[in-house]
Amino acid sequence: MKRGLLLLLALLTAAAAPRSGYDDASPETRAMQDDDDANPGFLWVREGEAQWSKPAGPDGKTCAACHGDAPTSMRGVAARYPLIDPVSDQPITLDQRIAQCRTERQHADPLPPESDAALGLSAYVGLQSRGMPLHVAADNPFVAAGRRLFETRMGQLNLSCAQCHDERAGMKLGGATIPQGHPNGYPEYRLEWQTMGSLYRRLRDCMTGVRAEPFAPDSLQAAELALYLAVRAEGLKVETPAVRP
Amino acid sequence: MVRVLLNVPRLVSKGKPFDVKLLISHPMESGQRRDAMGKAIPRQIINQLVCKLGDEEVFRMNLFPAIAANPFLVFSTIAEHSGALTITFTDDDGVVQTETALVEVV
Repeated sequence: MKRGLLLLLALLTAAAAPRSGYDDASPETRAMQDDDDANPGFLWVREGEAQWSKPAGPDGKTCAACHGDAPTSMRGVAARYPLIDPVSDQPITLDQRIAQCRTERQHADPLPPESDAALGLSAYVGLQSRGMPLHVAADNPFVAAGRRLFETRMGQLNLSCAQCHDERAGMKLGGATIPQGHPNGYPEYRLEWQTMGSLYRRLRDCMTGVRAEPFAPDSLQAAELALYLAVRAEGLKVETPAVRP
Repeated sequence: MVRVLLNVPRLVSKGKPFDVKLLISHPMESGQRRDAMGKAIPRQIINQLVCKLGDEEVFRMNLFPAIAANPFLVFSTIAEHSGALTITFTDDDGVVQTETALVEVV
């Protein structure tokens, strides 16, 4: 009896372990991600590396002026985001933090969202945490709020995120396998987009897909949802820059 | 100028094949698409690529609209002497770009 229970518990834990979108991708797509020379995301990583030491704003300050060498100073950072910003007491994503740093510390014009420079910086910072397990602070009320958003039906198709990515993950939508929808590879190169894109772009595309009005990029809801997704993916390794179909 | 990642081994054995890997950041606009206003988006692709080892041409390729954005190209060649490996490509706007890597024969 006791052994049976233990076995059941072990099975349940195994079933609950998050599965990266990498494991649902085709062997060809996985091979692209595995080889840094073939991974087009590295075009953006190199762009980000150049941005890191490029002066911006009236004082000509670079990222490196404060943060030094990214491979040391940014190691593990992407695995901790989104976190609760101590100033605003609200969740903030890594992309938002980079944008905040640029406007408030460098006093420079914000980089346009989804621009090569913005995605590049995010990919370059994210790369420094590649292989590290996602572990974000879950002891705050925003996680529960994000979970509610994840489970709320929305749009003309009246679907919630959970209906596809929890209940039907591993099944097919058209010819494609529905992934569990984890945020561990962003910004990522999506073959369908033929370019790099942020997690926000993915959420926006999902929401317009169910014909809902997408959350605004800097809304609290977008950050809460991103935070819940990271908590849900707890322990998955960071794959930035990932390649997905 | 577009971003290019050119990857070749720095040291190669004389007469032994090695891989040249090339990733080019380019939209490869096919000319078949229309924008939101229904206006045709003009074709803008890389149409030719030439690789030289020293002065000798070792690889040439014509590219066509069906090739995806940010093309990844791999081909193999052999080197008899140390020298510069240069990749030159031309796009529909007539822009010519050259990338160079040094190959040392051991």
